[in-house]
Amino acid sequence: MLGLSLDQLRADMNRLLALLFHQGVLDEQFLQLQQLQDESSPNFVSEVVNIYFHESEKLLRNLRALLVDKEFSDYKKMGIHLNQFMGSSSSIGAQRVRNVCIAFRAACEQNNRAGCLRALELLEYEYCYLKNKLHELFQIEQQRILAGAVRYPVPQQHPNNPQV
Amino acid sequence: MNGVGAAETQFHVLAVDDSIIDRKLIERLLKTSSYQVTVVDSGVKALEFLGVEVNLIITDYSMPAITGYDLLRKIKKSTSLRNIPVVIMSSENVPSRINSCLEHGAEEFFLKPVQQSDVNKLRPHLMRGKNSNPTFHDERESHDQLNINKRKPVEECLSPDRIRTRFNDDLELLQ
Repeated sequence: MLGLSLDQLRADMNRLLALLFHQGVLDEQFLQLQQLQDESSPNFVSEVVNIYFHESEKLLRNLRALLVDKEFSDYKKMGIHLNQFMGSSSSIGAQRVRNVCIAFRAACEQNNRAGCLRALELLEYEYCYLKNKLHELFQIEQQRILAGAVRYPVPQQHPNNPQV
Repeated sequence: MNGVGAAETQFHVLAVDDSIIDRKLIERLLKTSSYQVTVVDSGVKALEFLGVEVNLIITDYSMPAITGYDLLRKIKKSTSLRNIPVVIMSSENVPSRINSCLEHGAEEFFLKPVQQSDVNKLRPHLMRGKNSNPTFHDERESHDQLNINKRKPVEECLSPDRIRTRFNDDLELLQ
C-alpha cells in the first residue's frame, strides 16, 4: 500500500509539473534548478524559491505603494523594481510572471499609469497562482520523501536523518 | 595549500551580482564544478576582496554604483589584476554591450539565466590562467606558456558560439 502511494505521489508531481509547463507558468529554467539539487544540496530548489517569494512580495508591495500614490511620477524607480522582478523570475523559470513584467515595463516606459495599474493586477494574480502551485509541488515532494523513507527498512537509512 | 602542486589546488572563482537569487544560483553552479567560490554583492566589495588570489571573476553587468563593465575596466587597467580572466553575465541581449565587453578584455559574455553549459566554458580560461602563474610552475615553464595566454584576436572573440543568444525569445517579446 505504501509502495502504491509512492508511485502515485510521483505521478501526481509529474502531472502537476507537466501542467505548469504546458500552461507556460514554468519554463526550462525550473528544470535547471532541479538538476542543481542533489545529496549535497538537497533543498536547493525550495531554498531558491523561498528567497524568490520573499523578494517578489517585497517588490510587489513597492510597486503597489508607488502606483496608489496619486502624485506618482517616479516611473524610473518602478522600472528598476520591474527589472529586478523580471530578472529573478527569469532565473527560477517563472515564465508567465516574467512576461507580465515585460508588458508592465512597456506601460511604464510610456508613463501610462492606468496601464501600469492593470499590469500590476495581472502580475499579482500570476504571482499568486505561481506561489500556490509551487507550494502544492513542494507538498507533494515532502509527502513523497516521507513515503519513500518509510518504505525502506530503517537500518539502511541514517538513524537520525532519513534522506530528506 | 600553496606550492603543494597544481593538481591539488582548487580554482577560486569570485562571483559578483547584486541579485540575491542570481548569487545563489551562480554559487551552486560553480560549486557543482568543484570550484572554490566567493560571492559578493557589489563591484566595490569585489575590488576590496581582490588581494586574495582569485583565478577567475564572473560578474553581472547591471549593478548599481559600479557596473560589471566598470569593474572589468578597472581590473584590466590594474597591473596586479589584469591577468585574471573576467566573464560578464547579463539578462539583456544588447550586441553593442556584448562587443564592448569582449573588446575590453572579457573572456566570455553569458546571457542570464546562466546554465551549467555556460559554466562548463569557464574551465579553459581557468586552466590558461593557472599555467601563466609563476607560483604553480617554475620560471622557464611559465615563460614558454606565456605565448599561449595572449588574448585571442578580436574576430575570434566575437564568434557566435561564445554567446548563447536567444533571438527567438526576443522576437516573441516584440509582439
